[in-house]
Order: sequence, then structure tokens, then C-alpha cells
Amino acid sequence: MGEAIVITSGKGGVGKTTTTANLGTALALQGKKVCLIDTDIGLRNLDVVMGLENRIIYDIVDVIQERCRTKQALITDKRFECLHVLPAAQTSDKSEVTQEGMKAIVSELKEEYDYILIDCPAGIEQGYKNAVAGADGAIVVTTPEKSSVRDADRIIGLLEKEEIAPPSLIINRIRSHMMKNGDMMDVEDIISILAIDLLGIVVDDEAVITGANRGEPVALKPELKAAIGYRNIARRILGESVPLMNLEEEKVTWVNKVKRLFKKRD
Amino acid sequence: MLDQKQKVMIKGTRDGLTLQLDDQCSFDTIIKELENKLSDKLISEEEPLIRVSIQVGYRYVNAEQEEVLKEMVREKQNLVVEEIESKVITKEAAREWEQERSMTPVSRTIRSGQVEDVKGDLLLIGDVNPGGTVRATGNIFILGKLFGVAHAGTGGWKGAVIAASYFDPIQLRISDKISRSPDQEEGEGSYMECGYIDKNEESIRIDRIQKVVKWRPELVSFERRMNHG
Repeated sequence: MGEAIVITSGKGGVGKTTTTANLGTALALQGKKVCLIDTDIGLRNLDVVMGLENRIIYDIVDVIQERCRTKQALITDKRFECLHVLPAAQTSDKSEVTQEGMKAIVSELKEEYDYILIDCPAGIEQGYKNAVAGADGAIVVTTPEKSSVRDADRIIGLLEKEEIAPPSLIINRIRSHMMKNGDMMDVEDIISILAIDLLGIVVDDEAVITGANRGEPVALKPELKAAIGYRNIARRILGESVPLMNLEEEKVTWVNKVKRLFKKRD
Repeated sequence: MLDQKQKVMIKGTRDGLTLQLDDQCSFDTIIKELENKLSDKLISEEEPLIRVSIQVGYRYVNAEQEEVLKEMVREKQNLVVEEIESKVITKEAAREWEQERSMTPVSRTIRSGQVEDVKGDLLLIGDVNPGGTVRATGNIFILGKLFGVAHAGTGGWKGAVIAASYFDPIQLRISDKISRSPDQEEGEGSYMECGYIDKNEESIRIDRIQKVVKWRPELVSFERRMNHG
């Protein structure tokens, strides 16, 4: 029986889809069976970020309206056999997905997979409610900006009303020099306001954008700090206790450690 | 014999007149007798306004009946009804009164978009995050950080105060007064502070909790809001 985690933020553009793609990849790297669900009906992106757009035949609305079986709509990742994506519909709108429909799909997928990551649309309306409906837990993504922290706070308030495990936090797009100079909220400020567990931090890196454009999640490249951030988060989801990344200095040792991990696997 | 017992007794005191109404007979009886009594020429017309206090004993007088009594007395020149005093109140009123002066403890974080609204005093154990709101008809005490909006004395009570362990609110409201955080970013808030309305009832001021307690001795007294209702 797998675990379904919704990845949400309230505010748009903070990196929910990128986070979903990278965490999915990082979990798959650890050998877990992972299914990613895009619930942003009408504005689907996850398939693009994963570079799987050309493989879509059926989508989530087809599944809910029983035009196909769930398995038919699942796309297998290019790189990992154990990673699948259930794409959103591009031509329908959010009202065509119901909370019951989502629950049914998620509980069906939980039988097959270790982790189901649900990419939530921005906002707190129907789309959000659908995305949360089937989840067992939640990850809130925020950036070190006031507006995004404000929205994260709002969404945490809403998540606390749901019957799910207490949400945990990912702080995305950290620019260490700005934090150091006090031009950006730092990690402690954000934690002090949101008062939930920190699951991990991800530094801002242009490679994340390039990776998303190329359809190759950055988590595949262990030489990048952002990739290490995602991989650390994945390990924490698996229950490992991994210390928070040090933003100050170049941690070459970390890269080595992860490399060593890979050698073991190979 | 019983009939001859006076249902309405009029007494003169230093402060004016006191009407003592019997609380066992029917309301109609009272009205009739009161009409008789008041039609007697009690007072000469030259005298200044006389304050009248009506004591109804253990009778419950509803709003309608209260109005009838007031109207009857008011019809007489230079009589003014100052108060109608009853020894009983309804259960609803008692419950409301109880709520008004009780303290409601809440232990959670008030997040953006959330509103906590209570009757009486609010004791919040937790933070009020930016965008969150706490409201109380009485005082607000926060064991935590106040970053959002706090409104004390929502029923109009100007004596209410807002105290917090850490004070950096977006907006403070007490009764009908509003004060907002300064536009220029001052950065840090402060510890153990308290907002209140100044003596002239003009604006909200903020001072250390220890100081405010000095000029708000009624802060913890039980009878404090019997009258403001």
C-alpha cells in the first residue's frame, strides 16, 4: 500500500510542478515505484517538464469519465521503468474532475505504487480540493518571498482542516547570498512564521529552468546543488535522517557521498 | 385587605423619585395603579427635572413593558426615567453576560485568511500570522507573536486592551479606533507590549504591558463589564 502526497503552494509559479517532477525522479532513483498525477486540468505542465508530452494518449479526465482504464492513461518515464505520469487533460476544465473520482484513482494507484505525488494547481478552489481529496499527506512549496509565504500560510490553514497528516515544507529558489545579506527572508524566518516541519531546501539554479525546458529533471545531475536538494528531500520522505544542506560553502563531500551511493547501486 | 395594599409606592430621595412596584400582582394592575398615582398632582410645574428610578423587584419586565412604563412616566412633565431596576434577568441574558466576562482559551496558530472571533476575553496560545485575524468583545491576550490583525472590544468597549508576547501587528483595532503599522519598514517588532485607547479616547497607543496594567486596574476585575453590557 503506497502513500499519496499532494504538492501544493497556494501561489502560482513557486515551483510545484518542477518539485513534483524532481522528487518523482529522485524517488525513482532510489528504486521506488512512483506515479505522478497532474491535476492542473486545462493547464497541464508536468508532462512537459518530464519531457513526455509526445507520449500522451489518454488523460485523467478520460479515466474519470471511464473512456479508458487507469493503466492505459499512465505514461512510463523515458529514464525509469518504475516512474509513471498520469497527465492532466488540456481541453477540459476543472469541473470535470470530482473529488470522488480523484479518491478512486488515487486509491487504485496506491495498490501498485510506493509513492503517488499529486501536482496541485495554484489557487484554493475546486482544483485544489480535487488534488487534496485523495492525499494522505501534503508538501507545501514556498519561495523566500513574503507573498509566497503568506499564501503558503493560507494553504497550511486549509490543509489542517483536511483529514491528512500534518503538512511539511519545502523552501524553493533559495539565493544564499541574498539571504546572507538580509535581502530575502531566511529559512528561520519562514519556519518561525509557518510553524511546520521543514522537509528540505532547494537553491535557485538556472539549470532547473534549462532542465525543465529540455524535459530532463535536474535531479538527474548530482553535480548540482539543486539536485542534491531534491535528492535529500526524497531521502527524507523515505524516512532517512539527512542534515540540512549547508548553503555557505561548496560541499564537495556531499557530492562524493551521493556518488558513492550510486556506485553501491550500480 | 390585600387589595388595599399599595401596588405602587412612591418615595422621594435626594437623587429624585423612586417608584417601587409590587412584583406579585399582574402587570395590568400595576399600570392601572400607576396611572392613578401619576395623575395626582405630585409636583408643581415650576420644579426642575426630576429623575425617576423604577424598581420592579423580582418581576421580569420585557422590552415592551419597559417601554410602556417609561412612556407613562414620561408623559408627566419634568419627570425623567433614569433606570428600571429588576432583580431578575433571563437565562439568555445571564448566559450572554457570563460569556462576556469569561475568557476563551484558544491554542493554535491563526494563519493567513483565518479568523478567530470570541465573546469576552481571548487568550490565544500561539501566533497570529500575517493575514490572520483575532477578534474579541473583551481583551485579547496573546502568548505568542502578533503579526496579523487584532480587534478588541468589538462590541464597542473602549477599555479593551490587546497584549502580546511579541508585537508586530499589521493593524490594531480597539472598539471603533484603528491604527496601522507604519508605512516605512521599521523591521523589528517588540516584546511584551500592549495596545490600548488613551485617556481622551482619541487614538490607540502602545506601551509596555507592565505600564498599561497600572492604568487599567479593571482589567482583571469581574464586575468590570456589568454596565457596558
